[in-house]
Amino acid sequence: MLRLEGVTKSFGGKRAVDQVSLVVPTGQLVGVIGRSGAGKSTLLRMINRLGDPTQGRILFGDTDITQLKGRALRQWRARCAMIFQQFNLAGRLDVLNNVMMGRAFHVPTSRALLKLWSDDEKAQALSALESLDMARLAGQRADTLSGGQQQRVAIARALVQEPDIILADEPIASLDPRNTKVVMDALLHINKHFGITVVCNLHSLDLARSYCDRLVGMAAGRVVFDDVPAALTDAVARDLYGLEAGEVVGEAPPVLMPVGARPGFALAGS
Amino acid sequence: MSSPIALLPDAQLRPLLDAYEASVRSRRWHTLLILACVAVAMVLSSISAEVSIPKLLDNIHRFPSYIIRLFQLENGRPVWTDVAEWFWGLPRWLRLLGETLLMAYVGTVLGVIGAFVLSFLAAANVAPSRWLRWTVRRFCEICRTVPELVFALVFVIAFGLGPVAGVLAVAIHTVGALGKLFAEVVENIDMKPVEGIIAGGSSWPVAMRFGALPQTMSNFVSYALLRFEINVRSTAVMGFVGAGGIGQDLIEAIRKFYYSDVSAILVLIIITVSVIDTLTSHVRHRLIGLQEKH
Repeated sequence: MLRLEGVTKSFGGKRAVDQVSLVVPTGQLVGVIGRSGAGKSTLLRMINRLGDPTQGRILFGDTDITQLKGRALRQWRARCAMIFQQFNLAGRLDVLNNVMMGRAFHVPTSRALLKLWSDDEKAQALSALESLDMARLAGQRADTLSGGQQQRVAIARALVQEPDIILADEPIASLDPRNTKVVMDALLHINKHFGITVVCNLHSLDLARSYCDRLVGMAAGRVVFDDVPAALTDAVARDLYGLEAGEVVGEAPPVLMPVGARPGFALAGS
Repeated sequence: MSSPIALLPDAQLRPLLDAYEASVRSRRWHTLLILACVAVAMVLSSISAEVSIPKLLDNIHRFPSYIIRLFQLENGRPVWTDVAEWFWGLPRWLRLLGETLLMAYVGTVLGVIGAFVLSFLAAANVAPSRWLRWTVRRFCEICRTVPELVFALVFVIAFGLGPVAGVLAVAIHTVGALGKLFAEVVENIDMKPVEGIIAGGSSWPVAMRFGALPQTMSNFVSYALLRFEINVRSTAVMGFVGAGGIGQDLIEAIRKFYYSDVSAILVLIIITVSVIDTLTSHVRHRLIGLQEKH
């Protein structure tokens, strides 16, 4: 269980995240919604400790994440996988090595530096890639792939971390509609089949409504809505998004197919 | 055909012309003032540094005569009339030139290794700690501020005459110069891959190796080659203080007035340096080309 207690982050005098308190039970798929600049990214990055809160605590089980240092911090990051809007792959490395970065915590640094991955580790990476229909591209440089393919590599990297929780920061904001569906389906699948908690920042309300168990709405760094998607009426949405409302509500809702009936997508072990 | 420009009547034109002249005049004064300042500063600094113009003028006739003397054999004939006599010491000089190149090479490689490690500690975007970064930056400054010849002199006293002193001097200077340049390369990388790797729990060395290094590699090689060019030139004079290489014979020839030897050794050094320059810049341009293609 992930618990945020009065988490605040200030940049200069401005509060990007302001007194956020949340409890996320294990296995939930939470969508964090709100307009650009509402503090969604800052919040997610603090959970992975890419940024440190100015005030407040973040707890996972009984562990205070905000106090972790050194190896304990790296262990937390390994348990808490992160997926980024811009994929954040090493473009000049091949796909397999990018995925291996998700195992690097469990490998001695000297062995990792020489790329001496064991056969088991390679098998794990290839299986994760295959579940996303990407194994045949394992030898390609990551920067030769399309955006949708790169994000699938990033998801494979997150999967081999065998995480307890996945944080996805606008994972589909740079993708076309078809890849948007592939990526969101993958996250849903991971959540439903392996019970991994997913916290996902989304700009599009319709996607958030159709995929998430719960929506957290943020505005100006504060949580202003926290309920099941059905409770998010158009009036609330307009409140949340202001002038951008037309743009985010107007998008055509994607067709949500039942889990398991999706072509070209079967996660290993499911 | 009537002109599309209707000339202004003189009464109207006069004030416009005057205003233009006034603005040009002030700019002209500005330029003259700057030139005067530069001239005054030059005169003042030559006086305080005892650079005497009359002394220069009195002795200037000796300069061409020295140069001409360099290109005369002992019997007074021009050097090109007997090339075998001019380059009588060729085997020895070639060996010393080879030693110079090897010194430059070893010094550059050692320096590059040092700079490579230090650059990641000194780059503002990835440095693991602020005080370490500060220390490394100051260390690099010291390494590159002290002239190589001074280091060489110190090492000659410590380790004795010979190439070891020269190699160490070149290596230390290279650490300082390349450490700064490499750190700037690292500061210009895209941080997203590094962040992606850090976010998965990898250690700092792993994040540097896979997130940062692939982006910096071609620039590192290019700067290292450029440094090798520079180091070939500076090892050529290491022998002046007894730190090995061709410089030893050059300074001896200058001091003992072996005129034709001085010119022969200078010609050899110039040829070597231009060959190295051409080769490395060719490789560097190919590297830059490769970089742009990706």
